[in-house]
Amino acid sequence: MTELKLPSIDYAALAPILIMLGAALVGVLVEAFVPRRLRNGVQLALALVAVLGALTMVILNSDDRLITAGQALAVDGPTLFLQGAILILAAMALLLIGERSVERGGAFVAHAAVTAESADDRRQADGVGGTTEVYPLATFAIGGMLIFVAANDLLTMFIALEVFSLPLYLLCALARRRRLLSQEAAMKYFLLGAYASAFFLFGVALIYGFTSGIPGRVAGVDFATVHAAVTDSPASPVLLFAGMALLAIGLLFKAAAAPFHVWTPDVYQGAPTPVTGFMAACTKVAAFGALLRVFHVAFSGAAWDFTPVLGAVAVLTMLVGAVLAVTQTDIKRLLAYSSIANAGYLLVGVLAPSKDGLSGTMFYLVAYGFSVLAAFAVVTLVRDADGEATHLSRWAGLGRRSPFFAAIFTFILLAFAGIPLTSGFTSKFAVFAPALDANQAWLVIAGVLTSMVLAFPYLRVVVMMWLSEPGDATPTVTVPGALTSAALVIGVLATLVLGVAPAPLLDLANGAAEFVR
Amino acid sequence: MSNFPFLSVLTVAPLVGALIVALLPRRSPELAKQVAFGWSLLVLVLSVIMWITFQADGDRFQFRESYAWIPNWGVNFTFAADGIALVMLMLIAILVPLVILASWHDAESSKRSVPVYFALLLILECTMIGVFAAADVFLFYVFFEVMLVPMYFLIGSYGGHQRQYAAVKFFLYSLVGGLFMLAAVIGLWVVGGKTFDWQALSQVDISTGTGRWLFLGFFLAFAIKAPFFPFHTWLPDAGGAAPAGAAALLVGVLDKVGTFGILRYCLPLFPEASRWFAPWALALGLIGIIYAALLAVGQNDLKRLVSYTSIAHFGFIGVGIFAFTTQAGTGAVLYMLNHGLATGLLFLVVGMLIARRGSALISDFGGAGKLVPLLAGVLFFAGLASLALPGTAPFVSEFLVLIGTFTTNKPVAVIATLGIILAAAYVLWMVQRTTQGTLNPALTEVEGMRRDLSLREKVVVAPLIALIVLLGFYPKPVTDVINPAVRATMQDVGRTDPAPTVGSVQEAAK
Repeated sequence: MTELKLPSIDYAALAPILIMLGAALVGVLVEAFVPRRLRNGVQLALALVAVLGALTMVILNSDDRLITAGQALAVDGPTLFLQGAILILAAMALLLIGERSVERGGAFVAHAAVTAESADDRRQADGVGGTTEVYPLATFAIGGMLIFVAANDLLTMFIALEVFSLPLYLLCALARRRRLLSQEAAMKYFLLGAYASAFFLFGVALIYGFTSGIPGRVAGVDFATVHAAVTDSPASPVLLFAGMALLAIGLLFKAAAAPFHVWTPDVYQGAPTPVTGFMAACTKVAAFGALLRVFHVAFSGAAWDFTPVLGAVAVLTMLVGAVLAVTQTDIKRLLAYSSIANAGYLLVGVLAPSKDGLSGTMFYLVAYGFSVLAAFAVVTLVRDADGEATHLSRWAGLGRRSPFFAAIFTFILLAFAGIPLTSGFTSKFAVFAPALDANQAWLVIAGVLTSMVLAFPYLRVVVMMWLSEPGDATPTVTVPGALTSAALVIGVLATLVLGVAPAPLLDLANGAAEFVR
Repeated sequence: MSNFPFLSVLTVAPLVGALIVALLPRRSPELAKQVAFGWSLLVLVLSVIMWITFQADGDRFQFRESYAWIPNWGVNFTFAADGIALVMLMLIAILVPLVILASWHDAESSKRSVPVYFALLLILECTMIGVFAAADVFLFYVFFEVMLVPMYFLIGSYGGHQRQYAAVKFFLYSLVGGLFMLAAVIGLWVVGGKTFDWQALSQVDISTGTGRWLFLGFFLAFAIKAPFFPFHTWLPDAGGAAPAGAAALLVGVLDKVGTFGILRYCLPLFPEASRWFAPWALALGLIGIIYAALLAVGQNDLKRLVSYTSIAHFGFIGVGIFAFTTQAGTGAVLYMLNHGLATGLLFLVVGMLIARRGSALISDFGGAGKLVPLLAGVLFFAGLASLALPGTAPFVSEFLVLIGTFTTNKPVAVIATLGIILAAAYVLWMVQRTTQGTLNPALTEVEGMRRDLSLREKVVVAPLIALIVLLGFYPKPVTDVINPAVRATMQDVGRTDPAPTVGSVQEAAK
């Protein structure tokens, strides 16, 4: 029997991941041992400190370009950039999750059986600072996302996918109000997510089969082997195409691209709003980080084969997102369809096989994450006695009642619509320009046309807020606590700064836009 | 003095003013108005100094400044003005203070904040100046799009009947054009070697097919903005719903961005495509002249009527541009200025009438001249200027357009001339039905109709009337500035003037 060789592990390079997963485990212990009334503060502090610690490590590692833990993890430019993005956006999301002053006890519940405003529910909310299981779950999810964007083989990627997906399914079910909607959302997300994972795993198996038989190489699912197999494998290309398609289904599901988007509106609507923001920002970064790596590193040799198909998916995604957004009457569903359309624009960037395309996509992910978190932060504030007022008709005249928040939301909507001087415009430019450069004019035309359609629902909300008279049902905006304010300020400022002076982040993205193999 | 960064200061100054005005307490509307007015006068003074500094026989582009913005994409804050831009900047600087003065009480009738109204006007001024001063295609696009936002809120928040509908329609139409332009801008960036600098791009050789597509992207945006038939339907709604001051800026300046864009971007950057599409553009212009004039005749709403007359005038400007002669081009640019003055005046006067009567319908008036003779007189004058009566400034420009077109394309010139007759029809009928004839008894019961022009209103109309008469008799200072820029543009297109007629006509124009 040959001696088992242990792979060398660069612990410093893996530090961000280890910190997040470690903090999640500590969080579980905190749940068990820290007294209830202290728990919320301790958990929030723990999660934030972990995120900031991991971010520090990412910054310290910023010059790393290496593959470690065997072939399992690649710590290179895109990994570090996307990990940094996930951590910063996750910190904002944690601020929203930690908010307790907007609603006593926060937006979350621990026991699904306890109805809102019942005696048990009130006891839970009063004095004990609400329930806190949400923090370890979120921390696990963040840790999983960090692995997901660094994964250098398909199996690691699959495990990371599960590590961040399972906590997300649970998080979706934790809404304190509109409990049924929340549980339905979690159920849907879980079932469809499980299917998507199965597709992904099946794809991994087919690709493994495809890599066998290359002279001088052992079969495997690490990206270097897959890359070599794409050009050299004697196996039937059917295996490759089927494998790629199944993998793509699994990833596009997470990215919320059509036709794998059907869960998005329901889940975005049902999940507690801070969690929705977290998913819209961080899950998107993670999913597209993995898509970029899979298609730019592993399958780059098959670009001719997958580009038309993914292009069609991109166009369909933009169309579905834009057209269905027009008919929405619920602000969270509207933002969900907008997020679908944005997935389409991001795919345009993914399909530009150049350094500019890669850096543009990464820029887009960051810019969109900031804006969408700010948008959901505002959604958490527009509420009445029964919780958030998400129906659009309830937003009529909000500009009169709360001009400041209406102005902020208008600014974010203008950013989504791609008006210049907002990050929405610069990020659209950042993905469209490389696409046109790569002769993908049809994708750009589709992007431009759907942007026009998409402008209408955004504008309708603006009209609702400013030009309609406030009705009796118009809620006021709750004064946000320090945490929500912080998240909101960060999101809005980033949207403005990335629109007016995008050069520093573009430089950063450009410097990071090279994968290691 | 010529080293002074006029253009960037001019662009930023109104924005600073807007911030100051917006931060003033809502309870002191008078102070806000005074600050806004004073600030816009400051901009006017600066513009006048710039006009004097500009050397008509100097370089085509002057006051060039360039600062790095997004080096990754080759985007710079590049400002430069040629004669055409200079004239438009001057028009803005003149119109904005007058509009602020004319809108003194407009915002009070709505429940909205008064300082915000004036802050929005100043923001609009900032974006309008920026769009004409930009010499970087990206920068131009940024101003082109951002311009929509203040105008949207001016119409939507402070407008009259159907303001929501009009504001959304205005925004969506413009955005659609803008997004097509965005695709073309990116395309131009790719084929032009990843630069946005206008001067570098104008040297780039673009293949025929690509050039035509890019031309279409730009042209569509400008044709919607101008607006040319058949993209005009937003203007009567927006013009009809906007408060009179904002409407004066909308048709007086904002729409000129379209024609200016064609002159600055479509023609020099895509000369082959411009020549290829010229017959179509001429056709659109002609249809606009006749069709909009006919619709204007049938209007019963004063502001909509003036909007339709503008569409007809934009048809003339379009014909002048695409005739590709220096006289026609100069006429078109002069028309852009004169139309801004004449239609601006017409909109402001109509606004004064409407504010008094409380209705924009022509049928609600009748014999108003007996109650407010001075106001009626100004309306009559503005109408005459609008129909291009000899002796008023628009006559010079319309004449130049027609004569310049005649040398290259007789049928077009002849059909366009029909527009003059229709113009007489809609203006004179409008004047007759509102101010002449027997007095509508309902008018005497309206309190406002007993007040003739106030001192403030006289101050508003006097400079415009003076300029229209002055430029009607002596357009030379303006044509001297415009001519070199237009000639350079026509050279870019690769068209030279037909030899025999040029000298004599130009002498006549001067």
